[in-house]
Amino acid sequence: MTDSALLCGSVTSLRQQLRDRVISSEEITRACLERIEACNGALNAVITVCAEQAIDSARKADKAIARGDVASLTGIPLLHKDIFCTNGVRTTCGSRMLEQFVPAYDATVVTKMQAEGAVMLGKCNMDEFAMGSSNETSFFGAVKNPWDLNCVPGGSSGGSAAALAAGMAPLVTGTDTGGSIRQPASLCGVTGLKPTYGRVSRLGIIAFASSLDQAGPMARTAEDCAIALTAMSGIDAGDSTSADLPVPDFQAGLNHDVQGLRIGLPREYFNDDLDPVVRERVMVALSVLEQAGATLVDIELPHSHYAIATYYVIAPAEASANLARYDGVRFGYRCDEPKDLEDLYLRSRSEGFGEEVQRRILVGTYALSAGFYDAYFNKAQQVRRVITEDFTRAFDHVDMIAGPSAPGVAFQFGAKQQDPVAMYMEDIYTLAVNLAGLPGLSTPAGLINSMPVGLQLIGKPFDEQTILNAAHRLQTDTDWHMGTPQFTTVTS
Amino acid sequence: MSVSSQDVEKVALLARLAISESDLPEVTERFGRVLGLVDELNTIDTETVVPMSNPHDMHQRLRPDAVTRQNDRENLMASAPEQDQGYFLVPKVID
Repeated sequence: MTDSALLCGSVTSLRQQLRDRVISSEEITRACLERIEACNGALNAVITVCAEQAIDSARKADKAIARGDVASLTGIPLLHKDIFCTNGVRTTCGSRMLEQFVPAYDATVVTKMQAEGAVMLGKCNMDEFAMGSSNETSFFGAVKNPWDLNCVPGGSSGGSAAALAAGMAPLVTGTDTGGSIRQPASLCGVTGLKPTYGRVSRLGIIAFASSLDQAGPMARTAEDCAIALTAMSGIDAGDSTSADLPVPDFQAGLNHDVQGLRIGLPREYFNDDLDPVVRERVMVALSVLEQAGATLVDIELPHSHYAIATYYVIAPAEASANLARYDGVRFGYRCDEPKDLEDLYLRSRSEGFGEEVQRRILVGTYALSAGFYDAYFNKAQQVRRVITEDFTRAFDHVDMIAGPSAPGVAFQFGAKQQDPVAMYMEDIYTLAVNLAGLPGLSTPAGLINSMPVGLQLIGKPFDEQTILNAAHRLQTDTDWHMGTPQFTTVTS
Repeated sequence: MSVSSQDVEKVALLARLAISESDLPEVTERFGRVLGLVDELNTIDTETVVPMSNPHDMHQRLRPDAVTRQNDRENLMASAPEQDQGYFLVPKVID
């Protein structure tokens, strides 16, 4: 088997080859490690590589397979976003604040995927504390988009998306607080799923906005995402917001049947603000589902417009509280020679956090401060309910909702860095899904000027199966998800 | 609502962030732009709406009050910038 066939293989196909003993986990793992070694200089997608540990895990997986002891991810290499705590492996969250932080425990997602036999290759670059839509806020430098090295990969899980697109691993994890899985998946031409809030435990995920954060998989296919989602999900005694619901076998639940599926198209997503070229790509993708028997229905989400304002109160407010723990005392960055305790706090935080993180802490602190709490935080929580009720009403008439994942394709470095509000608009189609706690998926819908564009599918609470099914059907009838960047062929 | 650089300095102190004199005008300008964005919320009537803090209106689950894991002081303190005999060290607080 050639390396490129290996590196572009899906989890589903690699798993079959492992079980058929035509390839070993050690071979796949070594191919991934070589690929990381060869490409990471150009892409900067991976912060920490765990080569020895990975080979060791791969050999254990090969022995397990030889015994016939196979779990859902046995022998499959993966990269975790560097926001997941990994016992004994540095976890930076893309920040100087945590540059040297080595957790004493694993995130539940890490534990669960390891228990399913996955082989951890390392940790992916990301926007600092997951705050950004371009990966330019990482303390470790921006990640490059493998489709065009002058363009951003999206964010905040941009390192994960770029690594996957470049063939460094067949499976990666991300987190999504306002679009951080779906937008980079769209910009890098991969499939990314943000599960329902509560589906996946948040224990050990470095907290950004606790009522919005959710972890999910990115992979080459919806079927791979289905396998990974089952592996990651479930109630966790360590996260009181994890849902006490049975976890379906999402892969077994996949079928090709979209006959009679009602797909809602919100007028507010397809208005005059939508780039006509993006609209055209999204509509072509939806027409594939329509030909397969689905019905497209116009719907309204009348308060969509307020999602950005609502999000940029709630997320910073929760972040300002979560990030208060970084004080230079217990863990994380500490300034040199503090003259007193106040100076220790002030300088450790100002030197340890980057500009965007500090801006969001300021906005959040302001929104929660005496005299402004009602006008900002309380008001935003009220509008959050109004936005959520829009979705509830829409789901009385449709089975899922569709729209673009992002307003456009990947943009050039620096294009939106000077204006925070312009950058926030990148998530205009994804934020409301987090506010309402719904599952959302981005699947490739072709190219615009040789750059990928994504279709977003939004499901009812805890109904990831329906959006995975629709994406799976789309990926059966089209090959957009199989597109690989030129970068792959140039360097291999 | 417009903000002054004094407002920003006050909030920065509450958040324990130090902003240099030279950065203050730009930080204030960008901070103001974000607040301008969120001021839109005032155009919607929410008089009777109950605030939503959890997307599924979940309530906190409680577990039995029993020891499940032992304290792992040594490992948990391994990442502390400065420590001595199991204590975190900070600059002198009382003279």
